[in-house]
Amino acid sequence: MKDQGRTLLQKDGTKTVLASLLSIAIGLLVGSVLVLVVGLFSGNLGLSSAWEGIRLIMFGILSTGRNAAGGLSWGFNPQSIGNMLFRATPLILTGLSVSVAFKTGLFNIGAPGQYLMGTMATLTIALGIPASALPGPLIWLLAFLGGMAAGALWGCIPGLVKALLNINEVLACIMTNWIAASLVTWFFDATKVFQNTVENTKSSYVYKTAYGRTLVDGTWTYVDGSGVQTAKLGLDKLFPGSQVNGGILVAILIAIGVYILMTKTTLGYQLKACGSNRHAARYAGVNDKRNIVLSMAIAGALSGAGAALYYLAGNTEFYWQTYQSLPATGFNGIPVALLAANHPIGVIFTGCFMSMLNIVGLQLTSLTAYNEYITDVIISVIVYLSAFSLLIKMLLSARRKDEPAAMPDSPAEDESAQSAPAEKGGEQA
Amino acid sequence: MRTMESENIIEMLHITKEFPGIIANDDITLQLRRGEIHALLGENGAGKSTLMSVLFGLYQPEKGIIKKNGREVEIRDPNDATALGIGMVHQHFKLIEVFTVLDNIILGAETTKMGFLQKKEARAKVEALSERYGLKVDLDARVEDITVGMQQRVEILKMLYRDNEILIFDEPTAVLTPQEIDELMATMREFAKEGKSILFISHKLNEIMAVSDRVTVLRKGKYIGTVDAKDTDKQSLSNMMVGRPVQLEVTKQPAQPGAPVLEVRDLCVPSRSHKKNAVDHVSFQVRAGEILCIAGIDGNGQTELVHGLTGLEKSSGGAVTLCGEDISHASIKHRGRNMSHIPEDRHKHGLVLDFTLEQNLVLQRFNERPFQKHGFIDGGAVRAYAQQLIEKYDVRSGQGPVTTARSMSGGNQQKAIIAREVDREKSLIVAVQPTRGLDVGAIEYIHSQLVAERDRGRAVLLVSLELDEVMSLSDRILVMYEGEIVGELDPKQTTVQELGLYMAGAKRMDREGKEEKGA
Repeated sequence: MKDQGRTLLQKDGTKTVLASLLSIAIGLLVGSVLVLVVGLFSGNLGLSSAWEGIRLIMFGILSTGRNAAGGLSWGFNPQSIGNMLFRATPLILTGLSVSVAFKTGLFNIGAPGQYLMGTMATLTIALGIPASALPGPLIWLLAFLGGMAAGALWGCIPGLVKALLNINEVLACIMTNWIAASLVTWFFDATKVFQNTVENTKSSYVYKTAYGRTLVDGTWTYVDGSGVQTAKLGLDKLFPGSQVNGGILVAILIAIGVYILMTKTTLGYQLKACGSNRHAARYAGVNDKRNIVLSMAIAGALSGAGAALYYLAGNTEFYWQTYQSLPATGFNGIPVALLAANHPIGVIFTGCFMSMLNIVGLQLTSLTAYNEYITDVIISVIVYLSAFSLLIKMLLSARRKDEPAAMPDSPAEDESAQSAPAEKGGEQA
Repeated sequence: MRTMESENIIEMLHITKEFPGIIANDDITLQLRRGEIHALLGENGAGKSTLMSVLFGLYQPEKGIIKKNGREVEIRDPNDATALGIGMVHQHFKLIEVFTVLDNIILGAETTKMGFLQKKEARAKVEALSERYGLKVDLDARVEDITVGMQQRVEILKMLYRDNEILIFDEPTAVLTPQEIDELMATMREFAKEGKSILFISHKLNEIMAVSDRVTVLRKGKYIGTVDAKDTDKQSLSNMMVGRPVQLEVTKQPAQPGAPVLEVRDLCVPSRSHKKNAVDHVSFQVRAGEILCIAGIDGNGQTELVHGLTGLEKSSGGAVTLCGEDISHASIKHRGRNMSHIPEDRHKHGLVLDFTLEQNLVLQRFNERPFQKHGFIDGGAVRAYAQQLIEKYDVRSGQGPVTTARSMSGGNQQKAIIAREVDREKSLIVAVQPTRGLDVGAIEYIHSQLVAERDRGRAVLLVSLELDEVMSLSDRILVMYEGEIVGELDPKQTTVQELGLYMAGAKRMDREGKEEKGA
């Protein structure tokens, strides 16, 4: 028995999970300390509020508000959980985007740009095709695929630049991010067609996809309810009052698909071979350049799919500014991927976790005098630590550092084996 | 009271170091005398590096003590070792590639004044040392730009700079050319003459016989014995090391060459570092059933020639015909249809180190049936094939097919590559330094495999820097010098000395195979 426990602990996967859990625990702990400190030094809070805050940070997803006595009440909160799943959907996909690239030796920091391009294509298709021209589900599908394709194309650019000119993909990704930001702003600004003019309070907003392009008295206008939105698939019954829709199921299916692609197919094998050792892959007859472009295209398509699923929900809207900022969903794909140690199935859970923190932040704001930015601190700490999760993993291994992998006589090799992930970690960080 | 200065400067007494499931060092005693060169001999996995890591403070032994000058010392980490005057040149150098040579040497032992580096003093000291021992280095070059041989001199200077008197060399010759090996040997003798004591890990018998005073042999973690080098010979040392009589010479029947398999005509491959062609109008044939060896000093175009043949590098002229098909401009994959290749750099080109053994064994074939079905990899077929290869070629590893390639020993990594390449059953096998860095047992095995393939009618193109290997394995020798073929020799009729003259460019043949005077 003891032996079994030991081998389980020694397993690489176990260490990875432990490292991620440790990052999360430390992040929550830091958040709690912060809540305590803010509570103690702030006039309108105090110790009891701080205690409430800490409990909300830890278990906020299960909070159901306040009971008659004024204390916090707990239980299954379908609205929170539904919203968590809804917000997790794009995060899972950008997380997959980053992790696929990582697995193939590339750092896709271009997810925000790919996400924006996916947004633009999805909205253009969904709002551009007249609602009467095609059946709704088909428009939805076209818009979804269009978003993926736009993301893929945008991902190809850094891939091509890397494959053909050997320019670091990080540089190219950062530049394409800002090009995407400007392009999207310019596009919506210049076309004006999709600008929301029905709801007067809003400027620089694009219609929700629930608005359909309809011909009324000879002019094209947008009519609420005639557009497309992701089917609820019964999830709204399960989580009443929340925004959740079938998108989360699509995201999970895609994650499973990515897992199968990376572990079971020859394509995944090639991509990983190129990522771990481009020279050996080339020598074995694998076309390394094609694979770099392909892996960035897949990564881009996943980010694009994230944008498509988010904006096709029907109740989300895109707005632009003269100085467009990059969508956080894109960047948050990085910690989602890192926390999951780039495992596609793990990404489902870490994506949900990150969105859970969001919900917790909202609970904190609505139930206490704290503001939601505390959760931003927690997220930042976790992001910070997730970059270290490889280091934490090494520390977990180091407790038994006298224990070499397989060949006890080659310490030099053991060392290189250990330092390699460290170097990788450095690159990723 | 201090004891009389003993004869032994370092004594490692009854050292036992255990790792879970394996005893890496089992009650090993090693005594290093002042001013001697003491070789530590053993196969891969015998416990040499572990023992030296114990001495250098990287591992703590479970049992046993270490004495310096007769006094017991405790070495908890490399800093303790350095304080005791123990220095080590690791097999894989520990240098910072983007630093200059000088910065690397002084790193960790910088002379400072009020927190500022005093590089001038350091430079003077390093220059003096480099002058005194003939260790030529360019102090201002970056480590990434200098040769492996020079990097090793940097490592040696690092030890000297720290005034170490006990020098550990972990397989120092594995990465060096024959000339550099000679220089290193001379340097080591010089150190010994000055009273420094040297521990020299190796499994190359020639070097051990050439340079060492005494030899301690380890086998599978156990101490076998210590002998005076002058009282022993290569055969008995190798028997001690392997534990059975070893065939040092390759036994093979005369070759029965058949039709040409590979024909190379006027092949040119451009150089990456200079404007001249690295391979300059080279023509030759390799026939079925023969081992043709390209001999030469490292850096005379052999690597580029192989890259040109295998498609890793584009040729700039000439034609390559393989099995009657012109492959001069074919893709790497296309060439692989009739050619298997044991690459020079097994970590760079041979293996994906983060992949498992079984994944590596199908590196070229994952797209073929039965390993691939409808774009999916058939894990069962791969596993079965890997198990079959592992058994047939005796590839040893911790967890069998699912072992990460990185965690395997060098010898077994090479065996895995050989298993993969030989088993593809191609007409031509290109083997580049297939035994570099391997121990006697593995070398014996690889040589016999290559001879067996030859006898099965395959053409073998061998590129080697080891003269012994060239002489004993090949059926025909071509010597490459500055990108050209300068001679074709018959190993049965030539001598190592004559071969050496061609390799050094002192002799060359004209196109008709006649000797030219004073080239």
